[in-house]
Amino acid sequence: MIRLEPRPQPSILWTYASPALALAITVFVAVFIFIAFGKDPVRGLSIFFWEPIKSPYALTELILKATPLMVIALGLILSFRANVWNIGAEGQFLLGAIVAGGLAVWVTENQIATQRWAFAPIVLLAGAVGGALWASIAALCKDKFNANEILVTLMLVYVANLLLSYLVFGPWKDPKGFNFPQSIRFSDDTLLPRLFATGRAHVGFALSILLSALMWIFMFRMLRGYQLQVGGIAPLAARYAGFSSRGALWTALLVSGAFAGMAGAMEVAGPMGQLTPYVSNGYGFTAIIVAFVGRLHPVGVVFAAFLLSMFLIGGELSQSRLGLPSALSGVFQGLLLFALLTCDTLVNNRIRWVGAKKSEAHA
Amino acid sequence: MNELALLIAAMLSAGTPLAIATLGLLINERVGVVNLGAEGMMLIAAVCGFAVAFVTGNQWLGFLAGAVAGACAAALFGLLAVWLNTNQYATGLALTLFGGGLSAFIGIEFVGKKLAEQPKYDWPWLSDLPFLGTAFFKHHPMVYLAIFLAVAMVYLLYKTRLGLVLRAVGESPDSAHALGYRVRLIRLFALMAGGALCGVAGAYLSVVYAPLWVEGMTAGRGWIALALTVFATWRPLRALMGAYLFGGVTMLQLYLQGEGVQIPAQFMSMLPYLATIVVLVLISRNPTWIRTNMPASLGKPFYPT
Repeated sequence: MIRLEPRPQPSILWTYASPALALAITVFVAVFIFIAFGKDPVRGLSIFFWEPIKSPYALTELILKATPLMVIALGLILSFRANVWNIGAEGQFLLGAIVAGGLAVWVTENQIATQRWAFAPIVLLAGAVGGALWASIAALCKDKFNANEILVTLMLVYVANLLLSYLVFGPWKDPKGFNFPQSIRFSDDTLLPRLFATGRAHVGFALSILLSALMWIFMFRMLRGYQLQVGGIAPLAARYAGFSSRGALWTALLVSGAFAGMAGAMEVAGPMGQLTPYVSNGYGFTAIIVAFVGRLHPVGVVFAAFLLSMFLIGGELSQSRLGLPSALSGVFQGLLLFALLTCDTLVNNRIRWVGAKKSEAHA
Repeated sequence: MNELALLIAAMLSAGTPLAIATLGLLINERVGVVNLGAEGMMLIAAVCGFAVAFVTGNQWLGFLAGAVAGACAAALFGLLAVWLNTNQYATGLALTLFGGGLSAFIGIEFVGKKLAEQPKYDWPWLSDLPFLGTAFFKHHPMVYLAIFLAVAMVYLLYKTRLGLVLRAVGESPDSAHALGYRVRLIRLFALMAGGALCGVAGAYLSVVYAPLWVEGMTAGRGWIALALTVFATWRPLRALMGAYLFGGVTMLQLYLQGEGVQIPAQFMSMLPYLATIVVLVLISRNPTWIRTNMPASLGKPFYPT
């Protein structure tokens, strides 16, 4: 008989080993899925784990997709640690994209002279404001009316999607776009500066690394960040210490919203260069997995973002190379999170093998 | 007049999947477990239900497949959230993300496929009544089943021993455990029952309501159903009312468009989601109201000692 026995202290070893084990389980299941669909599992795995890193260009694509994941997840870890469940980052991402995109469209249409390096901070800030405002709706509903933030942020995802759809099908539609639902292309000067000579990776990546460092400082070296985390782990202790739970709620939602919105701005002013209904690629939801795989730690999410970026690229490649639907990526993402949550049991528990007789006595 | 009858009919039809899913989630929450995987369970069930109905040509087998798929997905959730005491929110989210991916993966072959023609459902005499016939007596059997389920659940929860046990597990798992009830097993079975109902709701969408398979076709109904359990203050008949109310909101957009109201379609489509937020705000703003009705152990892990 196997029995779980609580550990006196959380295991530090398993905190870090758990994601690795979860990945191993996911890969194990993936092999079965490939075999079940008559594909060579070695080739299947190489599409997910080798193709995205095998050339400099592939690496820039990996960075390109890791960037928004990392930025969103950095905001989410703060929120989750404060026990504020902002799961509508997708909506805040879209609002960031809408506000930043709207600004870029306006600048382009009015032919306002600008430069890439000068405009980048403005457009990113615009996105952050958009995302924070969208998240503030949920904060207001929770603060004033005690409405569940999970449901409100999630409902706002659907609203944001429809708002974007309205804009690109309606007032912002490119008149010369052959009736496609898309805005005009932003002028070159409004786009984010590229990071390397090849590929589409942009300065957003450098910024996201900087944000990771800033988030680390905020969480582990500043009182405010500490208060937030105490509130998340032990609300009563936080109240006793006089830490404001309302302040924590607003900080968590505004920061995570701003980060998600900034990621949205990076996406439209980076690789997209225009607004379309397909700005997101589900980044806001994948980032939730990034946050958990990254152990809700600002350095961990950097690595986790690259892993999940591999999943996204692998999903696209498996469609073109293996003829498997790209939704495979979503299956693997879900599996990874399931496996991770299961493995995390080992952080707080140890497995004990109990003799058959003894367990009967217990039962 | 006839228009109103059609509107009522459409409202009942649109509210039915929400009602069944909400009743399922209500069982889950009555035993103290929040399953945020509702959307994922409904999607998996929708694609499984559609696939089976398409292959066999029998919609009832489709419903059965949906129920089984929903129960299996819920069992997976239950093993993690109840036995291993993983975080219920995170586990539910994992199920929703997994369900979205898995259903799209399975469903790729069924995109654009059509089901065989459904028979008409008429009651003898009743369906021929003016107004009432159109509004109430030309529905798919599932519409009536949803009403029956709500009434049956009132009986189950408040008039039977089993209902008492279920509520006890949700209100105070420690007391139930001390009395010798197997809390984790009861929670698992309640989760599977709830998952089966979410599955039936998902299958209703793909087999009867749409009837076709599209990726992500539940369009947030799982989440709306979660909000409806709060709206209903965890009572079955209020859940039924809430579901029809939302069915009405869904239909309102089509009605207004038909009347030529000049509002862009996207804003109309926002209505159910905005209504959910408004409803949550209205119900939740009174904390005592929520606290007196909410199962006391909702969302909290239980460790048997």
